[in-house]
Amino acid sequence: MADDIRALSTQLAQDPQSLVFLRLADALRRKGQLDAALRVALNGLERHPHLADAHDLYARVLTDKHDYARAFDEWDMALRIAPNHTGALKGLAFLYFKVGDLAQAEAHLDLARRVEPDDPTITQAIEMVRGGASPPSPEPAPASEPAATAASPTAAVSAPALDESRVFAGLEGAQEGLLLLDAAGRVLGGALRHATGGADVTDAVAAYLAGVSQEAARTTKLLGLGAWTGLSAEGRAGNVHLAQPSPEALLLVVRERGVPLGRLAILAQRATAMARRWLERQG
Amino acid sequence: MTGGFGHVLDLITRVRGVRGAMLVAGDDGVVVAEQLMEGIKGAAVAALAASLAGRLHRAMEAAGVGASVFWHLQADRGTLLVVPAVASGILVVAVAEPDVNIGLVRLELLRAAETAG
Repeated sequence: MADDIRALSTQLAQDPQSLVFLRLADALRRKGQLDAALRVALNGLERHPHLADAHDLYARVLTDKHDYARAFDEWDMALRIAPNHTGALKGLAFLYFKVGDLAQAEAHLDLARRVEPDDPTITQAIEMVRGGASPPSPEPAPASEPAATAASPTAAVSAPALDESRVFAGLEGAQEGLLLLDAAGRVLGGALRHATGGADVTDAVAAYLAGVSQEAARTTKLLGLGAWTGLSAEGRAGNVHLAQPSPEALLLVVRERGVPLGRLAILAQRATAMARRWLERQG
Repeated sequence: MTGGFGHVLDLITRVRGVRGAMLVAGDDGVVVAEQLMEGIKGAAVAALAASLAGRLHRAMEAAGVGASVFWHLQADRGTLLVVPAVASGILVVAVAEPDVNIGLVRLELLRAAETAG
């Protein structure tokens, strides 16, 4: 296994765009090196944001780390990209079971069985759900992770400081619907595409939003409402949410109209936390 | 000051948790009508709300999500909710408690905007 990991690390170092990161992250995950697996998966996801397998893999690692909320989002994303992705269907079934929603768990397994009728593990999982037992988690990691070192075989792929350059790495819509700005409207991270045309509108939107943070702060102060915590807006063709990761920064999340404002606010919270960490690292 | 818009503002202020409501001219931020609790500086809030609405409108148009139908600014101790009336350019504004029923206020603001528009 260690040799496999070393070989896969070498391959990935030689060709960072290759999909070998999927095998490497999974090998690390199976070995219990969850933090290293997470870094590799995130790095791969950054390069291949529209690859359902990458979201599935990332979700598996998150599940092993008991981060079920983010795992849910990743499997949900995998299904949006590839509606018949059985890994994601099984993963969501597992999570639904964990929260006691047996009907949804079984429904997702049923969908998986329609896609892969000959897979005995799906039939077995359905029987387990019907019997009230948890379906197998997506291949849990066997052991806790040993401390990573600089000499770790994963070091070669764990990145030229991924998070240093990519604020929203791994977050849904990182390259098309998330934007981090400074108070003057300068882009710090993320990108934005026109909701219908697809053109890059990052700079234009950033310019229009310069000063919004201060204006929102003045408004809430004048009303005696304290500090502003978020601004949600419903448009005719999409919804947006603004938040303030730091007093000098503004975060914008844009999604299609089908994503309700409440869900958008949750997504914005996650993005805000990532942005805050990134800003802190920048000093 | 409510002018002939008292009934429009009544739709909004009758919702539990709403502290006040205003109609604001979207282009220059002047108060058209207001029903606010004492102590709220209506004119200043109107000007800032109109300015914020303008910036938001331009940013949303640029992003391709279209003009805003409804927006709300959340703060530690309350919230500001706004619906632009498309035909007249008037902004229907409500100031509310943090735990107000946002969905209900939104509906009343939309209804008020139709009347005001």
